[in-house]
Amino acid sequence: MKLDCKHVWEHISEYIDKTVDAKTREEIELHLEHCEICSAILDSTRNILVLTADDRTFELPVGYSERLHERLAKELESSGKDSEEE
Amino acid sequence: MRTTDTNEAALISRILAGEKELFHELIRPYEHMVYLTLFSILKNDTDAEDGAQEAIINSYRHLASFRGDAKFSTWLTTIALNEGRKRLRKAKGAAEDSIEAETEAHEGDYTPAPLTDWREIPLEALERKELREALRTAVAELPDIYRQVFVLRDMEELNIEETSQALGINSGAVKVRLHRARMMLQKRLVPFLKTTAPARKGFFRRAP
Repeated sequence: MKLDCKHVWEHISEYIDKTVDAKTREEIELHLEHCEICSAILDSTRNILVLTADDRTFELPVGYSERLHERLAKELESSGKDSEEE
Repeated sequence: MRTTDTNEAALISRILAGEKELFHELIRPYEHMVYLTLFSILKNDTDAEDGAQEAIINSYRHLASFRGDAKFSTWLTTIALNEGRKRLRKAKGAAEDSIEAETEAHEGDYTPAPLTDWREIPLEALERKELREALRTAVAELPDIYRQVFVLRDMEELNIEETSQALGINSGAVKVRLHRARMMLQKRLVPFLKTTAPARKGFFRRAP
């Protein structure tokens, strides 16, 4: 059976995650060989995921880690007072 | 990563046995993730940071209740999500009660946007600051149920099972929501990708 574009789109996410079954995977690959549109959609979606995984995309606020560990240090210190009795 | 799990289990026992200072070390690999989880719910840097601190302190206070049957990261994510939801409820007031009430009913458009000059999406384009900025905005603007799954799967890289555990939804819902989230982002970002794409001459094209 030949897949149409719409059908391929429905599976793009699973295809990227490699959770699509072997038969569908094969059909998708066959389709991608001749369909520029679907190849482009696949590539752009993958690019978005590459960008998502890039640490610079979702940066932490400057000083986040320092402030966190400072607050944690206080918490650890104060929690010690009651747990030392056990 | 089995070694991580083993190291973690050892760290946790030592912390519980009194070497509290090791909690800094335990949490360090996850502090980014906790922040992102809070950001995905609260969509604002200051609130996300406050919430992240609170969630991490809570995880320390309740560390003894971590049983080790789930991964530490999943357990921590659940705490972070709860903290985020609590803050969101507080901010929204009692009127709009729970974000759990959201269903799959969004009549969104989950089909991707076709590109024609795609071969010209250069890797350098991904280096551009505007594109990263656009992605941040697009993620922040996803409907909550899609954003949460996207953040856990594609940003924090939890697997389907872990995501479904953390959010309390089944794995089918994780897959569907992830797919929709990705397609919505693809659609939103295509114009950015396109503007960097000079037309390619003589390249086979078909109408969408």
